Amino acid sequence: MSLDPRVNRLKLGDPTAVIKVEAGENWNVYEVFHQEKRGAHHEHVGCVHAPDPQMALIFAKEQFGRRKKCVNLWVVKSADILAFDSEDEDMFANNMEKTYRDASGFKVMEKINKFKQSKGATNHVK
Amino acid sequence: MLNKALTDLLTKMADDELILGHRNSEWTGLGPVMEEDIAFSSMAQDKIGHAWALYNTLEEKQLITQSADMFAFCRPENEFKCSHLVELPNAGYDFSLMRHFLFDHAEAVRYESLQDSSFEPLRNLSKKVKGELKYHTLHANAWVLQLSKGGEESYDRMQTALNEIIGLAAGIFEPSKDYEDILIAEKVYPGEKALYTRWLESIYPVLVKASLNLPDVAALTPGYGGRQGKHTSYLAPLLKEMGEVFNLDVDASW
Repeated sequence: MSLDPRVNRLKLGDPTAVIKVEAGENWNVYEVFHQEKRGAHHEHVGCVHAPDPQMALIFAKEQFGRRKKCVNLWVVKSADILAFDSEDEDMFANNMEKTYRDASGFKVMEKINKFKQSKGATNHVK
Repeated sequence: MLNKALTDLLTKMADDELILGHRNSEWTGLGPVMEEDIAFSSMAQDKIGHAWALYNTLEEKQLITQSADMFAFCRPENEFKCSHLVELPNAGYDFSLMRHFLFDHAEAVRYESLQDSSFEPLRNLSKKVKGELKYHTLHANAWVLQLSKGGEESYDRMQTALNEIIGLAAGIFEPSKDYEDILIAEKVYPGEKALYTRWLESIYPVLVKASLNLPDVAALTPGYGGRQGKHTSYLAPLLKEMGEVFNLDVDASW
């Protein structure tokens, strides 16, 4: 018997016995995504513990929706997210000679401004 | 006469919100899990906010002579109009959740009816709190469902809590002897009897879904008396505690 109730809840009595987990007995971690205004992307803001998705959403609302402006939330069970291993980070390394792939490499603002000006001119005529 | 009736209605609504808001805030830091602690505390704050809005309306419309703060904290016990349900000290979380479920459904049907009120401040307030109350009842419903399906002990505790406080909850709808008719005639609100029926219609489907049995409401003894200033022995010590600092120096500027 442990003094820690969390350990006792695991029912670790007989090491050979099959451990049966009742529904709702162990809470899951849910990732929370926050939408600031309609049409905007949902952005990851943190996580909550909850017994099911419905409760996760209810907890997330007070946890993440009450300070910053919020119009909608998503919750996703953390275990349902597929991710790369951290050790595979080298896959993302950029080779020096491929900087042309960086969107920042394109100098387009000048063209955009020119276009905007020409549009402004036509609006004026109207 | 109408002014007196309005004062009575706003005062009982505000007192319910203030006292239950305080009771629920006693869970802050002690909630069963951190997420729930935050949610429950936040909803307790919402209730204090509703009370504040109502007390301020009383002050602004000159329905009371004191300031809203003085009215809220410096009245003698027998001038409080809160229901017995909100006065009871917290027992277990089962009790507090069931009280939250029953009270917030009552609050939701009351504010919904006020959307058509002839008294403009109540009409405006009902629109303002609509979203908050939607969340409160969603939260309460989810917990009632969750715990009634959480095994035998959990189910029994929810059913016991329901049996114990349903009569007190019915006491929320104690009609006013003097003012009920004029408030209905002036279309301020539809009256306690109508709200009581709407409340039962509102909680019943959730209880059915949770497989909880609603006790025979016809046989209930509603916890009346609070609206007339007659309270349980729990209110006086609570008021003393709530006003302890404020009463050290009521004229101090905070």
